[in-house]
Amino acid sequence: MSGSRSTLPAASLARVVVFAAFIAVLGLFPGIGGVAGVPIVVQNAGPILAGAILGWKLGTASVALLLGLTAIGLPLLSGGRGGLAPFVGPSAGFVVGWLLSALVTGLIVQRARTRTLPVLLLACLAGLLADYLIGIPVIGLFVGDLGAGLLQSLVFVPGDLIKVVLAAVIAGLVHRALPDLLPPTTSAGSPVR
Amino acid sequence: MIEFSGVGHRYGDRVVLDGVDLTLPQSRVALIGANGSGKSTLARTVNGLVTPTEGTVRVDGRDPARQGSAVRRRVGFVFSDPDSQIVMPTAGEDVAFSLRRTVRNRAERARLAAETLTGFGLGDHIEHPAHQLSGGQKQLLALCAVLVLDPDVLVCDEPTTLLDLRNKKAFAERLAGLRQQVLLATHDLDLLEGFDRVIVLDGGRVVADDEPEPAVAHYRKLCT
Amino acid sequence: MTPLGLYEPGTSLLHRAPTGPSLLAVLLIAAGTVLTSDPWVLAGVCGLVALGYVVARVPWRRLRPLLRTLALLLVLIGLVQWWLLGPERALVIALRLVAAIGAASLFTLTTRVDDLVSAVERGLGPLRRFGVRPERVGLLVGLTIQSVGTLSGIAGQVRASAKARGAGGSVTAFAVPFMIRTLRHADALGEALAARGWGDDDTRPSPPHVAEP
Repeated sequence: MSGSRSTLPAASLARVVVFAAFIAVLGLFPGIGGVAGVPIVVQNAGPILAGAILGWKLGTASVALLLGLTAIGLPLLSGGRGGLAPFVGPSAGFVVGWLLSALVTGLIVQRARTRTLPVLLLACLAGLLADYLIGIPVIGLFVGDLGAGLLQSLVFVPGDLIKVVLAAVIAGLVHRALPDLLPPTTSAGSPVR
Repeated sequence: MIEFSGVGHRYGDRVVLDGVDLTLPQSRVALIGANGSGKSTLARTVNGLVTPTEGTVRVDGRDPARQGSAVRRRVGFVFSDPDSQIVMPTAGEDVAFSLRRTVRNRAERARLAAETLTGFGLGDHIEHPAHQLSGGQKQLLALCAVLVLDPDVLVCDEPTTLLDLRNKKAFAERLAGLRQQVLLATHDLDLLEGFDRVIVLDGGRVVADDEPEPAVAHYRKLCT
Repeated sequence: MTPLGLYEPGTSLLHRAPTGPSLLAVLLIAAGTVLTSDPWVLAGVCGLVALGYVVARVPWRRLRPLLRTLALLLVLIGLVQWWLLGPERALVIALRLVAAIGAASLFTLTTRVDDLVSAVERGLGPLRRFGVRPERVGLLVGLTIQSVGTLSGIAGQVRASAKARGAGGSVTAFAVPFMIRTLRHADALGEALAARGWGDDDTRPSPPHVAEP
């Protein structure tokens, strides 16, 4: 293999499709115990990784594709869930918030000068907070009380923080293994070899 | 006819191809060389998957870098891993996918796909999930998906890497029977039987260009 | 995973109902449940949704996992909200959950993925002038399902080799190689699609529609 890299539109499309499938496959792994109606699973680290690894554009696109295919009835969410139900239940906000997760994480990773662990941690944490930004008010809307929604959501925080750290570590290792994955957007100079 | 003139390619600071000049009118041409010799990259320039950073490529007078769409209609490409090439759920649909731009009628596409698959002994698998076929069948399916368009040139990049001995032989026999010009990048020397011309690449340069026997002898010397 | 997704074949009124209006009805129910706090109205909606399951003759084996999910949600959310907001509010929330999730699941169970794909393609039609190609939706569905299959296989292999290296429990020993092989698969798929002419329609304004000699 010569490591050839195609710049044709098909290459971007394939990344979007394969990453959507990747997030779906993350859902096949057993959850770490369901709490409060929103199961705690590794899958919600997927959108953060999508942003951190593909960048904001393709990362958000892959999350959108995953959500679209879920909505039309494919069981791509953790535990074989799918269809419209995930979009109208109390976890709807967290699922839709994945779009913002990928977007925010991707933007930070692409704008940052370096891809060191602290930067990636910050990017992944921001991605998680972006998800909360949509998820918690929706739970609040559902139960008719933002405070109660906030309290209800607290149970996810410890598990989610662990996933943020893991996502950052994994993204860091992947970027080191494949340095030309994302073009350096700031600071001139070709990737160092 | 495939022509390379002064073709060079680099990824960052790494030179992958360096001043390749070749005119290939022969019907069966092979590119051999070690891993990283540049043969895969050279093969990919033929249908525009890789645009060389220097020099030009011509396929029947057309430049794949500028007329990619037109060239890809004439040049079929078979890769090593059939799992990455099959894009539709069933064998029949996958072959029909190739025809989506040239044949408007859906039923006609299905008919042509079935005809091609039957010709390659996959007639019983038209409705089968493509990914459940055996490795050899999948590679034949990938070949069908390319040949259904009746291209003039067939480029294969290590098409037999994942095949066992029997499937490799079957694939080589299919290849030998084609009317198309074949450009084969491989390090499987068993496939070179019946080839008109074998080009040996090393470090991105052509180091030998001969009939199979002397070319292979040169390649073996390189490896020792 | 079957290409049918979560669809349960049938011939009922709901199965034959047109996709677009059904979808609209589900969305209205979901929005309506959040807008009203009257337990009687919500209970009525729940009754209607339950009637829908009877009309569609959803078999027990499909109903059971749904009921289990709902029960779990009700217990957990209901209890917390009972404690936080009192029993009446907790009842309203529970009824909202049942109505919205019940209606959405009913829609998914009685609507073919194919029909939804066609509906989405029709719905995207007006976006054609902005460069959207609705006819690609079906292909995206197929490609993603394929990739889920391929990646599941890769995940299995990577897990086996992590175990072989004695790193069965390490998350990074699994996740990093899995991620990298996922990206390699993406690159190979991209090349294969490009070689088969994907994206050529975009760069060439009007491709001829007949095979060339």
